Amino acid sequence: MKRDILNLEPGVEQPRPLTPVTEDPRYIGATVPRGGIERLTQGLGQYVDDIELPRMAHVAFWRSPVAHMRIKKIHADEARGMRGVLMVADGHDIAKVCKPWVAVLGHLAGMKSAPQYPLAVERACWQGEPVVAVVAETRAQAEDALALITVDWEELPAATEMSTALDATTPLIHPELGDNLCFTRSLDVGEVDRVFAEADEVAEIDFEFGRHTGVTLEPRAQIAHWNPAEQRLTVYHSFQAPHMMQDLYGRQFDLPANAIRVVCKDVGGSFGIKVHAYPDDFATVALSIMLGRPVKFVADRLESFTSDIHARHHEVKARIAVNRDGEILGFDMVDLTGIGPYSMFPRTSAIEGNQVVNLVGGPYKHKHYRAKLNVVFQNKTPTCQYRGVGHPIACAVTEALVDLAAQKIGMDPLTIRELNVIPDDAYPTAGASGIKLEILSHQASLKKLRELMNYDALRAEQAALRKQGIYRGIGFATVIELTNPSAAFYGVGGARIASQDGATMRLDPEGDITVLAGVGEQGQGTEGIYRQIAADAVGVDIQKVRIVTGDTDVTPYGGGTWASRGAGVGGEAVLLAGQALRENIVKVAAVILKREGSGLAVRRGRIVDAATGEELLPLAELGRIAYFRSDTLPADFTPELMVTRHYAQRDYPFIFTNGVQASYVEVDPDTGFVKLLKHWAVEDCGRVLNPMLVDEQMRGAIVQGIGGALFEECLYDDQGLMVNASMADYLVPMSSEMPDIEVAHVQTPTASSKLGAKGAGEAGTAGAPAAVMNAVNDAIAPFSAHVFSQPITPQKVLRALGKVR
Amino acid sequence: MADLYPIQVTVNGERRQCSVQPRTHLVDFLREDLGLKGSHLGCEHGVCGACTVELNGHIVRGCLTLAVQADGGEVQTIEGVSRSGVIRDLQEAFVRRNALQCGFCTSGMLMAAKELVETQPQATRAEVREWISGNYCRCTGYHAIVDAICEVLQQRQEAKA
Repeated sequence: MKRDILNLEPGVEQPRPLTPVTEDPRYIGATVPRGGIERLTQGLGQYVDDIELPRMAHVAFWRSPVAHMRIKKIHADEARGMRGVLMVADGHDIAKVCKPWVAVLGHLAGMKSAPQYPLAVERACWQGEPVVAVVAETRAQAEDALALITVDWEELPAATEMSTALDATTPLIHPELGDNLCFTRSLDVGEVDRVFAEADEVAEIDFEFGRHTGVTLEPRAQIAHWNPAEQRLTVYHSFQAPHMMQDLYGRQFDLPANAIRVVCKDVGGSFGIKVHAYPDDFATVALSIMLGRPVKFVADRLESFTSDIHARHHEVKARIAVNRDGEILGFDMVDLTGIGPYSMFPRTSAIEGNQVVNLVGGPYKHKHYRAKLNVVFQNKTPTCQYRGVGHPIACAVTEALVDLAAQKIGMDPLTIRELNVIPDDAYPTAGASGIKLEILSHQASLKKLRELMNYDALRAEQAALRKQGIYRGIGFATVIELTNPSAAFYGVGGARIASQDGATMRLDPEGDITVLAGVGEQGQGTEGIYRQIAADAVGVDIQKVRIVTGDTDVTPYGGGTWASRGAGVGGEAVLLAGQALRENIVKVAAVILKREGSGLAVRRGRIVDAATGEELLPLAELGRIAYFRSDTLPADFTPELMVTRHYAQRDYPFIFTNGVQASYVEVDPDTGFVKLLKHWAVEDCGRVLNPMLVDEQMRGAIVQGIGGALFEECLYDDQGLMVNASMADYLVPMSSEMPDIEVAHVQTPTASSKLGAKGAGEAGTAGAPAAVMNAVNDAIAPFSAHVFSQPITPQKVLRALGKVR
Repeated sequence: MADLYPIQVTVNGERRQCSVQPRTHLVDFLREDLGLKGSHLGCEHGVCGACTVELNGHIVRGCLTLAVQADGGEVQTIEGVSRSGVIRDLQEAFVRRNALQCGFCTSGMLMAAKELVETQPQATRAEVREWISGNYCRCTGYHAIVDAICEVLQQRQEAKA
């Protein structure tokens, strides 16, 4: 059942309503179903693979079957002779039109990577790296020809284990780099050695986090169309950041950016997987340029598993110092992460580990913190930013340590959190790692969660069931999440990824509003909230608003969808544009009506007397006069009914959000199976623009987090071959295994924008693995057992219980 | 290259006579030969359910069924059931509850839900969760989808009563 956001559970304190951001608020903050998604329920959306262009060809890739090889000779004559085959190209062919890249960021000091090509040149460095491209008139013909390609290769020694990547005996993946180290960072704040020596208790844990991937249900897809007559490239892309790709295509292919159009319409899931520049993407564009016709690439599921970015492969050794009264004194952590053979372009693969360093201990007020990070190369699929980026690791490390500390001093896990979170009245402040925190609400969120989940009753139920041999556990995760990024994320490091975003808004003659926005739609409801904001900002019915996104030819320049910026950054641009348009509408009305603009307002599609509300002029009439009867307006006045506004968040590096999650599980000590009974989340994303959409972002993100905690792992053998690269073998959450998820909100708006919205798309993924892991460990606590290796499989539970080896 | 094989299939009520390669999957036939792009390909090995369509009254995986197996049969896709209106209540409930985000799984999810509400009108929430476990959704976490289907089950029960 849906709740009003300001009316939670019985007994929960009623928060004060937020001050509206517009004069006649009707939509911002309300549960409004997303308009326009009926096309998706009727099978009439348009994903990239649904697009067919005249003379469109199809590419299929021959990919490296081994983790590391030298390419000796490619035999392609037979394939070239196949019916329908248009071109077979290798790395040297493609390198003639597309430059290689090196993915590093200037502000990550000392970071290094090696030049990478669209198709492997001389060596292939992971199983799945594209080596040969076959283009044919149909996909089936391309795949048939692929079977006739023979590659002579020499297998090279592979560096697969991250724990030995830096050993002297481990082969160097890129000898010119001198070692297999991509990036390292150390942080030492306060007096870590002293507080750990003096603490009443120290708890220490070795963590493992399994490599996993995003599994967008729609695989990566694109159509590249080089028009030789126009000297213009159009790419239809299933992607999150169209302007970023426009810029990269320009640079890699030596084309002016304005000769490139990137179009992103319906995208079948992205989650960060579709925000990176993939080698096969550049290869597809190169092939279109070489052939002068459209070329479509759609990854099949098997190649998705070895060519989409992976993420989250970490080994962490960490400890916490705590006093008997519950005071957390400090954290100390060493993180090792393996990223594949290349840092991924252009965001780099060092960001995830860097975020772990920034975020461990983040919710708490301790002053002592030490962290060491090593990011190493290995011959496996490259890793990069996937929903939550480092947060799930940092949160699981922090929250498991807090639980173990609480266990050691005999304190309730919720109580220790209540004692140690940075208090709600302490902001703005900074965390021990140096992260700047504008304003958070840990205390209010913990209080709300306690009531939402009826904590005391749940503990009583758990205790009663234990007596019957039923082992249930309750786990918590206090979360911070970085959102609304400034240029500090990428721009300062030299990556040309816009942190600002824009919106153009037009009053059409019939009184309709058309909005062109830089941030696109991947299903989060971006277009839905933009409609809400635009309708309220101008003063029209929401049905009058149409949103256009995902086309670099028409939308304002922007960064797209990443780091939970769509609502807070893109939404602010829409608000500013809407308010500016409203002002201009009032100016036109003042001229037409021969009245002072200060006495006029726009309400529900009409110009009204601001004081009395008397209706003076419908917007359709204003539009008619402005567009078609300019002869009736004064000679020195021209209506400006289309405006553009941009917004960049510049007050803080990031605007942090916070929240807290709880998981309730039952563990079967005989089978090791974990049953998820219920999940709760209290989140604070500032002003909630649409409670239903925030709830759904939370729920979806939580389930992705649960996937990493319990099921998902890219399993490799010791030769560096992924052994479960199919949807049947790689487990993702199914509906029958997932719990119902209850979501509640605390609203602490950011003062860095008028709208006050922070991001909401990733916090669920950040907190769920920690909450579930803590719940499992709480359930098996009577056996003095712990599991700190994700995914927490039945086998690992049984091993922890001493029942299997 | 294999020879073409003539088939006659009634798709969304329209009789179609086509020639297909024996290896052509039903969903490729629907998407590429007939231009019905509403059924999606998520895995092409029968796991994700995005290609779910109805063949002779029962849902099948469009990627595990060959087009030639549909010869002489009757196929309903999301486009057909949308036009006929038989799942309008499900579609409306999905929109109302935001039971879809990216929408890529939605066609298959609705086809699966259609068979559930038609064959198990008394299904419990747990049974709904079980039934749609053959359809992956990576966006919603399933909660809203389950809510939407349960709501329609209840509505249909009330309408009958």
